[in-house]
Amino acid sequence: MIPLSWFLYLAAGLFGLGLYGVLARKNAIGILMGVELMLNAVNINIVAFWRYLTPGNMSGQAFAVMVFAVAAAEVAVGLALVISIYRRRKTVSADEINLMKW
Amino acid sequence: MSTETLIWLIPLPPLLAFFLILLFTRRNHAISHTVGVGAAVISWLIGMLVFIAAIGAEHLGEHPFASSIGWLPLGDQTLSIGVLIDPLSAVTLFFVAWTVLMIFIYSIGYHNFGQPKGAHDAPGLPPHGAKDAKHPELGHQVPSVEPMYARFFAFIALFAFGMFTLVVSDNLLTLFVGWEIMGLCSYLLIGFWYAKPSARDAAIKAFITTRVGDVFMLLGIVALYSATGTLNFRDILYNHEVLQHLASTPSIIAGLSAAGLIGLLLFIGTVGKSAQWPLHVWLPDAMEGPTPVSAMIHAATMVSAGVYMVLRMFPLLSAGWVEGGALTPTMTVMAFIGAFTALFAATIALTQKDIKRVLAYSTISQLGYMIAALGIGAYVAAAFHLVTHAFFKALLFLGSGSVIHGMEHGVLHTGEHVDAQDMFNMGGLKNKMPITFWTFVIGGLALSGFPLITAGFWSKDEILADAFGNGHLIVFGTLALAALLTAFYTARQITLTFLGQPRTKAAEHASESVRTMTLPLVVLAVFAIAAGWVGVPEHFPGLGGLLPNWFHDFVGGTLLEHPEGVAFSMVPLLTSLAVALGGLGLGWLVYRKAGQADPARKPLGPVYTLLENKYYFDELYEVLFVRPARWLAESFSYLFIDRRLIDGFLHRVAQVAFSLGSIFRNYFDAPVVNGFGDLTASLTQSFGRLLRRVQTGQVQQYLLFVALLAFGGLFYYLLNVLR
Repeated sequence: MIPLSWFLYLAAGLFGLGLYGVLARKNAIGILMGVELMLNAVNINIVAFWRYLTPGNMSGQAFAVMVFAVAAAEVAVGLALVISIYRRRKTVSADEINLMKW
Repeated sequence: MSTETLIWLIPLPPLLAFFLILLFTRRNHAISHTVGVGAAVISWLIGMLVFIAAIGAEHLGEHPFASSIGWLPLGDQTLSIGVLIDPLSAVTLFFVAWTVLMIFIYSIGYHNFGQPKGAHDAPGLPPHGAKDAKHPELGHQVPSVEPMYARFFAFIALFAFGMFTLVVSDNLLTLFVGWEIMGLCSYLLIGFWYAKPSARDAAIKAFITTRVGDVFMLLGIVALYSATGTLNFRDILYNHEVLQHLASTPSIIAGLSAAGLIGLLLFIGTVGKSAQWPLHVWLPDAMEGPTPVSAMIHAATMVSAGVYMVLRMFPLLSAGWVEGGALTPTMTVMAFIGAFTALFAATIALTQKDIKRVLAYSTISQLGYMIAALGIGAYVAAAFHLVTHAFFKALLFLGSGSVIHGMEHGVLHTGEHVDAQDMFNMGGLKNKMPITFWTFVIGGLALSGFPLITAGFWSKDEILADAFGNGHLIVFGTLALAALLTAFYTARQITLTFLGQPRTKAAEHASESVRTMTLPLVVLAVFAIAAGWVGVPEHFPGLGGLLPNWFHDFVGGTLLEHPEGVAFSMVPLLTSLAVALGGLGLGWLVYRKAGQADPARKPLGPVYTLLENKYYFDELYEVLFVRPARWLAESFSYLFIDRRLIDGFLHRVAQVAFSLGSIFRNYFDAPVVNGFGDLTASLTQSFGRLLRRVQTGQVQQYLLFVALLAFGGLFYYLLNVLR
């Protein structure tokens, strides 16, 4: 059987990938994709811990489903915001979207 | 559907029509009047079904159609509302349904449906007429359609709802609700042409005068409720114990029993609503409204409602009275006021020029008849006169509206500026308006009690016979004299309006009204004759016994103890024959050759002026009530109390508060509160100036901070754990 730690390495790797994407990509859509990767890394962690540590308890699965739902909502809102910004400013580049500063 | 369910439904169609017209169909004339008349037809139909069921029922007085539901729970008691059809309300329902329907139909023609719009017409004013489109070269004018046509139908529908509610209700409370709805509608309808100052004043006068009576009536209702714990008619009026108890309990006023006092208070409500002296002043002025309204208020509904209420409460009013015995104080008051009003209003009617005002005073006089009849205990006779009067007075009013309409046509046609309502401008209309003429003559003969064929004769004769037979000779004499005057002014009215030669060019060019107006006249004329045949006394020479005295048996059944028919006597019969025929003949003789001036003015002299000015009652009330009220409002309340006392006090308070305020401001608010506030603000500002460097607007920079912090935290945590 695959040990728990392997899942955790996978999840950590995925999370790091996502984090890099979020911090380094300029494209707003790319940033959103990075966020998705991070969320799914968390999901892998949750499911893995549930399966190995508390298989009798459903809460791990339930949290995973909750995260899917939140992720879907977040993508819907995020993409809508990106489209809306693109219509106004003709760009999706994060460093050009800097209206909210002093 | 059971009869009880049907009774609940009677008042609803007009209410529905009211809302439908106001909310949806207002802009379309045809749909609006279809809705209004349709509602009247449905109510009429249900009313007739109920009436037929009521006639067919055995012992309706003992077992009336009744049903009720709890409405308003108050503590441990519940006010219920319900419907009741006993013989009295059945006959009332009959004449109300017929006259209401006729008036609705008549209104279509009266408001010139189908005529062009007038160029100068505006809402709130009577239509001024429009150019004749068929023959523009002649330059004549034709009647134009009423600008607020739909609104009129909405209002009379609400009025009809009020009256039907009043008739079918089984308790004083819902009766009062219907009563007040009608009060509101009469205000709205009298002031229908609200841009005319006279109509506005008349509406306010009618509303306030009837309100005086209504306040007392409400007091009576409250007193009755506190004395008996119920307002249901059957529980109070068909119950020996309650009546006996009320009649034997003394009231706070010496010499009056509790029943007597309550009855008197309720009666004052009727004095207002049925325009009895001294609250009669509003009714003649109410002629400012459109004529169907006059018919509605003065015949079918509102004034009848007053008499209906006292008829309904008769067992209470007469509690402690035995038939043939001495009258109770309350009954004496009623007999006095009724008989006095009958004579008093009849004398004023002798001198009025306006065709509708004559009828208005005649209505007051006839209502006085009914009240007087009730006062002497002639219950059935009063109810009988109420029914016949409703038919012939509605007929007369609608007929006079038709006359005015014909005259207005003449006025528009000739362009002559004469008052279309002044009888001395008319004359010779017999050939121009044959249907109006014949129906008006039938109504007039019924009003003056023309023997044998008209309904008015039978009902009036019964009242006179009752007064004579029970020995109330003063009442008998007064009423007989009033009947003579009634016949006289009726003959005057018919002669001046229809007979002889036209006095003006407008009268020469008058024309018959449209069919929607003449049809109701014909229908009502039939009733003005036939309604009397149901109440022919049993011992009347020749005719008595041919037809059973159905009305007496039927309506008499409403009371706990069925009243006896009065013994027949020749004296009242001969009297009523003499006064009716004598008055009519005399009136015709005096006025058949009259010109533009009244031939009675010279021989009567100052009396004529007194009558023409209605005994100066309006002026008297002006001095007694209106001026003091105005003085109280303007000089005393406004200038002294409001301006001097209250305003003075308030200004002083304001000054003190003002100086106190400036002290606070200068020595507390400015240094302490403001100082603290300013310090907080400047601190916040400088802090913000320091921190704003972080705010770069670059999302990824923020995220980097977040990530670094998170890792830092994690690192620190792990360090602690591993150590």
